[in-house]
Amino acid sequence: MSAVMISRKATRKWEKLPGKNTFCCDGRIMMARQKGVFYLTLFLIIGTCSLFFAFECPYLAVHLSPAIPVFAVLLFLFVMSMLLRTSFSDPGVLPRALPEEASFIEMEIEAANGNVPAGQRPPPRIKNVQINNQIVKLKYCYTCKIFRPPRASHCSICDNCVDRFDHHCPWVGNCVGKRNYRYFYLFTLSLSLLTIYIFTFDIVHVVLRSVDSGFVSTIKETPGTVLEVLVCFFTLWSVVGLTGFHTYLISLNQTTNEDIKGSWSGKNRVQNPYSHKNIIKNCCEVLCGPTYPSVLDRRGVLVDIPNPSTPGAPSTVNSNPVPQTTKTTAPLIPNEHTPEEAKPSIGATSPKEEKPSTPRDASLKSPSNPAVIKESAH
Amino acid sequence: MLSGPRTATDRANLPYCHESFHNLQELRHSASLANKVFIQRDYSEGTVCKFHTKFPSELDSRIERTLFEDTVKTLNNFYAEAEKIGGQSYLEGCLACATAYLIFLCIETRYEKVLKKISRYIQEQNEKIYAPRGLLITDPVERGMRVIEISVYEDRGSSGSTSGSSSTTSSSGQ
Repeated sequence: MSAVMISRKATRKWEKLPGKNTFCCDGRIMMARQKGVFYLTLFLIIGTCSLFFAFECPYLAVHLSPAIPVFAVLLFLFVMSMLLRTSFSDPGVLPRALPEEASFIEMEIEAANGNVPAGQRPPPRIKNVQINNQIVKLKYCYTCKIFRPPRASHCSICDNCVDRFDHHCPWVGNCVGKRNYRYFYLFTLSLSLLTIYIFTFDIVHVVLRSVDSGFVSTIKETPGTVLEVLVCFFTLWSVVGLTGFHTYLISLNQTTNEDIKGSWSGKNRVQNPYSHKNIIKNCCEVLCGPTYPSVLDRRGVLVDIPNPSTPGAPSTVNSNPVPQTTKTTAPLIPNEHTPEEAKPSIGATSPKEEKPSTPRDASLKSPSNPAVIKESAH
Repeated sequence: MLSGPRTATDRANLPYCHESFHNLQELRHSASLANKVFIQRDYSEGTVCKFHTKFPSELDSRIERTLFEDTVKTLNNFYAEAEKIGGQSYLEGCLACATAYLIFLCIETRYEKVLKKISRYIQEQNEKIYAPRGLLITDPVERGMRVIEISVYEDRGSSGSTSGSSSTTSSSGQ
């Protein structure tokens, strides 16, 4: 999709974003490149639940209670919505530094380092900040040309710095970070409940039916049960374990990344400066904290500008689009040259992004009407 | 938020920097971008969004210290309000969870409301205080909430001594 001078088809910013994400629905959906395992997750969940609804639910609704399938449906819908929300939303990607910011930071680094004798390696680019009486080291990201904020980390699979980076989850096909961690946790929690629920009622169903007609004929009548029990059995161990692990992390206000690296494991007397030292407070902050907006303006419109008439302006214009897969030395995203960004819409404006759609950034200009370049002042 | 130029002629008068104001049109006609100053994040209180209030030396001759500090402090207060964890955020979180986050189809989150307030505030500050002094503040949300970017403009007529520095700064970005 090429951006023409007077664009008939507007180029949106997501098309020029660096990093290895894939975008769908004109920028509303954002995922990692490898989606195979995500499709497997979808298949397993939908497949198992379909078998449950087809084989067990009719019998259980009649012989036990109709509330059983109703509750299963609600739980299934909740699991799917949390999964899709985790997979399709921006995990908290930090946009790369624009050229002036990058050179400003470089100048600061050079000023801090002073003169490095020839032949010696320059010292590593680290900034020390004090957070709650702990010294935290901020590392410089050579790809994104920024000092990473505390708790941010660069995901090599997606090639982005992600704020409060937890881990890259292939099962959901996306990174888990600040913006989608609570959805990920709710997904694992609800999936555990769903798995336990289906497993339990499978057993109940087999037992009840065997009393009437014998075990072997029960299996013959509802062959799906065997498959469901197998899937649930193996899922149980992994998903329930994962939920337990993340519950532990949340109560300590830690990320998986920090846990793996042993950042706050207590050696060198380093304590977690982000923890409130109170389990309830930590849980509330992570699960009920504010919903952060995305700072990637994916659906903003890029408009070509004619050659600037001012002297001293740089020669790079929008007609040099940044290739999407470039790494460290690439010139940065041409957002810099965007003379206008579309107007923010009131309220959530992305209808199709996830099942329950993410609130679009109100102050970032993401039009819900794709064809219009909105220009009005706020 | 900042408005884009409405006509192609206006666009042609833009420097390479993308923002423009209707009431900065005069500035655009006679000024060129000389420098950009970046106010970094202050992480001393953790990961909450807060910017350093230290007055940068590049703005020494351009704006009064108190005005600048007031702007940054007000912005910090806005962000603190947005990220405050208290009764309202719990209510919002629990209600949203109970509706599987579908409620965000209908209502705005508190953070988004505050971001709108912030962009209105920045626009107002630019119009009243910064543009008359040849400065322009970029909303931090356009820079990933990492920096407050302040663009410094020089009068084209008097740019004999500054044009050298402006071209160095502008073209050094790679």
